Formats: sequence, structure tokens, C-alpha cells
Amino acid sequence: MDGVHDMGGKAEHFGPLPTIDPQEPVFHAEWEGKAFALALLANRVSGANLHAFRHAIERVPEPEYLSGYYERWLASAEILLVDSGILAPGAVAARAENLRGGRVEEPAVPEPHKPTMPSGGGGNLRTVEESPAFAVGDAVTTRTSVPSTHDRLPSYARGRTGTVTAVQPAQVLPDTAAHFVGENPQHVYAVEFAAHELWGEDAEPFTLTLDLYESYLEKA
Amino acid sequence: MTEVEATVDPTISPALRAEALESLLLERGLIDTKTIETFIRTYETAVGPMNGAKVVAKAWTDPEYKQHLLADGTAAIAALGFKGPQGEHMVVLENTPDVHHVVVCTLCSCYPWPVLGLPPSWYKDPAYRARVVKEPRAVLAEWGTELDPGVEVRVMDSSSEVRYLVLPERPAGTESMSEEELAALVTRDSMVGVTKVLAP
Repeated sequence: MDGVHDMGGKAEHFGPLPTIDPQEPVFHAEWEGKAFALALLANRVSGANLHAFRHAIERVPEPEYLSGYYERWLASAEILLVDSGILAPGAVAARAENLRGGRVEEPAVPEPHKPTMPSGGGGNLRTVEESPAFAVGDAVTTRTSVPSTHDRLPSYARGRTGTVTAVQPAQVLPDTAAHFVGENPQHVYAVEFAAHELWGEDAEPFTLTLDLYESYLEKA
Repeated sequence: MTEVEATVDPTISPALRAEALESLLLERGLIDTKTIETFIRTYETAVGPMNGAKVVAKAWTDPEYKQHLLADGTAAIAALGFKGPQGEHMVVLENTPDVHHVVVCTLCSCYPWPVLGLPPSWYKDPAYRARVVKEPRAVLAEWGTELDPGVEVRVMDSSSEVRYLVLPERPAGTESMSEEELAALVTRDSMVGVTKVLAP
């Protein structure tokens, strides 16, 4: 899906790089560590999964998304908790107001409705019975369609042709798992693209590799 | 899809927001303080780039291990005790005088947690995510990593659950150093491929 999260090659982000600080702390403030832990726990408490979590981050409004990494983790934790009926919309804001001395009425705790999706086990690696459709050396072209739902094909690589360089372990399909409609495991391929295929003849010479799910690809 | 609230109250700081969220979940017994503390301490102290540095130093000093690492990254890394979330399937890429790999995640900030810990700010920065897939040589040069025109540059955009660790080149003049001394030289950034490891 299109959105601010899909940053590869986007001109509006072509600013100077930040300085690398080798001594950078893991968390810059106490709240960042808390946000990290709370987001992981919110994912668990709301019955979500890694893909739903990533999709929740993608649904964070753009200004908030760009305000910072753990800021968007906090926002996505709330989205997952509200989606699953663990928290009422506005519950966090009301509690925040009261914690700083305000007196606002907090919304009632809703009826939970956690998603239920059968899981083929822990993690995201799966076994797929069918043989892989592509082999190392095959030329493949990525799809051009743009889903309005979660996917893992960056926009800069839509409708581009590359070469399969590895068959990776089969994995849960993020496109459906993120929306709790099934794991639909698929074969995954490392696909290498020439820079000029992605960016035109004037591109710097390099290759770029993406790991792509079988349904994103067709034989070139 | 649920409609997302368009804005949050800008006067609510992230710290206050985190505290509010925590108190709502704590009071209903959905989470507990000890687990929160464990998550934070684990990634502050036990899981970080010092793990990846051990992997690299071992590969530099033990040819058999290096061979194993490049053939089956997940198993070779697990053999040193490093595994867990965001490290389900590890692929290790060797940087040489002729080939330079650099890793990014343009869609979010996927990063190999068991060997590198949580990602640093620069890895999550929009400028890095946007630029490195289009002008990797310019990005590396801006951070002081000048590559000869003949060097083949390979950019890896982490779009599935495969996670990449770069095995940087061992710097010249370190022949007499022990594995432990070598590990101390290996930087986080060299294991993502944006810098090289420098001789002491």
C-alpha cells in the first residue's frame, strides 16, 4: 500500500544524513524503553501479530509517523488495542489528562473482540507443499497493482524485472496475516535488480536485492 | 480498517502517553511491571552489537566457522548463542575489496535484533531509508566510506523475514590480535555495511 512508510527513493526525504554516534544509547529517554516494551506487549495482549503491528504503524497519521520511531510505536500500540476492543478510543488521552491533574471522564472499557486466526506455529517460517514456481537464475517481474491493504513490495520496485538469486525459506504472507485473514505461507525469493532498471540509465551502478513473496512475481 | 484519530493532543508528551497506556493495562492485569523491565534491560544490556562483533571476530579467526557462517548464517550464529525475534533466518554477506554490501529496510526498520540489538537512529532516519536504495555510493561517501569505482555495490532492502548481517573486511595490521581484541574493533555500523572496520 502507498503511504509515508514507503520511503525508498522518495525525493521529499532526500536530506542530509544524520551523524552516526557510535555511543548512541539504546533508549534516549526512559519513556522510549517503556514504549518499546509496551508496544510488544500490546501486540500480544491484543492478539495481533508482527504483520498487523507493522500495518498499525503504517496507519499512524503522517505527522505522527514522522515525529519519531518510538512515537509511532506508541501510536500503533494504541491502534492495535482499540482495534481488538481492549481499550476504548480516547482512553489513553483521557488517562494522560488525568495523570497530569485533569479531571475528565474516561471512556468505559469496551467488550474485547480479539482477532482469531489459526497459526501454523511460532515465528514466520513455514513449510509449503508445492514446489517453488521460480528457480535461481529466473527473470521475474514484480506486480504493478497497488493494494489498499498491507504489502511488502516497495513502490520503487513495482513492475520491475530482476533475477532470482536465492530461494529463501517459505514464510507467512504479510498481506493476509496483517489483516487476520490467514497465514497463506508462500515461497520467498531474493530478487536482484540492476540500478538502471529501478532508477533509469543515469543511476549509480549498483544492484539492489529484495526478498519477495511468490504472489508478487511473475515470469518475465 | 479502523479510522485512525487524525491527531493526538500535542500537549501530551510521549512520556505521558506511555505512562497513561501503561497504567491502563497494568490496572487490568493485562501486563506486569516485571515483564516491561525485563524487555527494557534485555535490549539495553544483553542483546546488542557486541553479539554481532563476536560473530565477526570468530569468522575472522576461524576459517571453518566463517565457511559455516556464510553457508548457514542462522545455525552458525545460534552456535554462539544468539537467536530470537527478528533473527529467524539470518543471511551473512561478506564484504571484500571487490564487493560491498549495505543493508536497509525502506518500508519500516527491520533489523537483525539478536546480533545487533535495536536499530540506531540513523538506520531509522527517513534520509537513510529514502536515499540508500537510490544513491548508495553517495550515502556511503557522506559517512566517509569512499569506495573505488570498481567496487561492486549491493544494497539489500529487508522486505521479508530474512535478516542480513554484513561480515566486514578484517583491517590490515591486526594479524596478531586475539579474537576478543578483534571483537572490540567491530562497530555496529560496519555490520550494516555503511562503514568499514578501521585498524586500531
